[in-house]
Amino acid sequence: MARAFTPKVVTANDLLEGDVIYLTEDDRWSRELSEAELITDEAHAQVRLLDASRQTSKIVGAYLADAVAGDNGPEPTHFREDFRRTGPSNYAHGKQETSPQPRA
Amino acid sequence: MYRYSEFDHDFLAERNAQFRAQVERRIDGSLTEDEFKPLRLMNGLYLQLHAYMLRVAIPYGTLSSAQMRQLALLAEKWDKGYGHFTTRQNIQYNWPKLKDVPDMLDALAEVGMHAIQTSGNTIRNVTADHFAGAAADEIADPRPYAELLRQWSTDHPEFQFMPRKFKIAITGSENDRAVIKAHDIGLQLVERDGVLGARVIVGGGLGRTPMIGKELSEFVAFDDLLAYLEATVSVWNQIGRRDNKYKARIKITVHENGIDTIRAKVNERFLQVRPQFKGADMALLDEIKGHFAPPAFRKASVASFESAYTNDPVFRSWVDTNIAPHKDADHAIVTISIKKHGQTPGDATAEQMRVMADLAEEFAYDELRISHEQNVILPHVHKSDLPAIHAKLKEYELATANIGLISDIIACPGMDYCALATARSIPVAQEIATRFEDLKLEHDIGHLKIKISGCINACGHHHVGHIGILGLDRAGVENYQITLGGDGTETAAIGDRTGPGFAYDEIVPAVERIVDTYLDQRDSAEETFLQTYRRVGMAPFKAALYPETQANAA
Repeated sequence: MARAFTPKVVTANDLLEGDVIYLTEDDRWSRELSEAELITDEAHAQVRLLDASRQTSKIVGAYLADAVAGDNGPEPTHFREDFRRTGPSNYAHGKQETSPQPRA
Repeated sequence: MYRYSEFDHDFLAERNAQFRAQVERRIDGSLTEDEFKPLRLMNGLYLQLHAYMLRVAIPYGTLSSAQMRQLALLAEKWDKGYGHFTTRQNIQYNWPKLKDVPDMLDALAEVGMHAIQTSGNTIRNVTADHFAGAAADEIADPRPYAELLRQWSTDHPEFQFMPRKFKIAITGSENDRAVIKAHDIGLQLVERDGVLGARVIVGGGLGRTPMIGKELSEFVAFDDLLAYLEATVSVWNQIGRRDNKYKARIKITVHENGIDTIRAKVNERFLQVRPQFKGADMALLDEIKGHFAPPAFRKASVASFESAYTNDPVFRSWVDTNIAPHKDADHAIVTISIKKHGQTPGDATAEQMRVMADLAEEFAYDELRISHEQNVILPHVHKSDLPAIHAKLKEYELATANIGLISDIIACPGMDYCALATARSIPVAQEIATRFEDLKLEHDIGHLKIKISGCINACGHHHVGHIGILGLDRAGVENYQITLGGDGTETAAIGDRTGPGFAYDEIVPAVERIVDTYLDQRDSAEETFLQTYRRVGMAPFKAALYPETQANAA
């Protein structure tokens, strides 16, 4: 039996700001992981990544990151993605300056 | 201090104008990221975890007060009010916006600074002993030669697309403060029969395959040195492995071919290259030397220093820890710690940068240095000015007396910023410093260098830390490996791994057990951690770190 597909989100960095961004179901780029489209189908994930990668004048380095469904939308499964959605731990910079999202 | 020539100015202006146009074309969509990335990297612009990062070179670690003030301006105007000094005498800005970077580069050019070749497979910023030109123990100031190397390597047509990056460090002293044995090429100035030259070390490096550099030549006179270095880089450029990124550095080339084969190839190439060097480099070196003439050291009484030293214990502690001997007996070298306990190692705010610039201008002949240990140095200070400097530093949280002690930690940015990192290093450094501050043990422990890297690439020099810490990702969890007995000086050594790694919340207690073991094992308060480790070996430390394993084996 094929291994179960781990759900994914499409993530990248914003071209102008460099900030971490996520692709939403309605084709926007959000700065909040909780607003990202959680993709549970592997073929659909590849299509969404292709859609994202074409937007070269807006974003840099799109890839699929593992995620799980949480109470308020997708949650990271790995600490690297947790840092990316939050910001550095030595200063409250990056998303912590503007985002209400508490650190997990 | 080196002052840019008209050629330097024009070259930089042209490069900055080119990059400005490249950024515009990237933003308007006419360049893809694949096209733009090599161009931005040539100008020191990375894309990290949360933002772009601009890495600015501080050649051989030397800054004037005007340059330091400009670095402060960049931090304030285009970043979040601080900059991060790195282990390669660079400063990194963690939050620039793409469209602002051309303005930042223009601002740097105003004070003769740039970000060229701070990335990519080129010869990187040439680093030097941070006490250069001031140290009591040096043969000659290595910085004129370092500046010659900067000019030679910048935009060198043969060395723009090498197998991998290439790092050169230079020292004028036998006491190696520049980690020359962990560089692709390390140079130690040596005098022979009245002729100045260099001992050439090759093939050192840290990263996934740490190697201590080997001696390529015990002496090359300055007349021949540039040709010899060009021959060395050229040999590697030709035979270095381009098939495998992890085997591309010259340390692997030297290891695979053997130092004797490399030496023979370099000598052969040297004979071809040498006639191209017709003495213009030496004429240039002579001119450069003029820029680095030592200041006229002032004469004055040191009585006020001596009375402050006797009467003020806080000042005395700072002097004992942060001051190094200067070649002029009435002067001193001041190391300003930018590692207050609990702060991020190597970070300075714009305000702190300005304070240090002001102090340099008022008291230190307008010179500052950045050390690979992520501190700032006032290289020439008359001792009578030390009390005033100390008082000012105290006001701005810059008077921490911890140089060479357990809280003077080197830490790379780690996973708090770096896209390559596998674990965090900054909070580990913060917690170790805070813990030992709480224990009030730091001065009793004495000379102890902890170095932390957040990935195998070893920007935090963990292999040469007396205690080295390497942060890894083990099955999706941060895990920290410890090495002991590393040494980045003239007695360079790669540290030995203690055994299995420790989880994030176990690493500080593990370091504490190592330090307790040292305090228990040392034969006197004078025996340093490294000396004790070399005498007693790994066993007692292992026993303290892994009591269960020891019990099971018994």
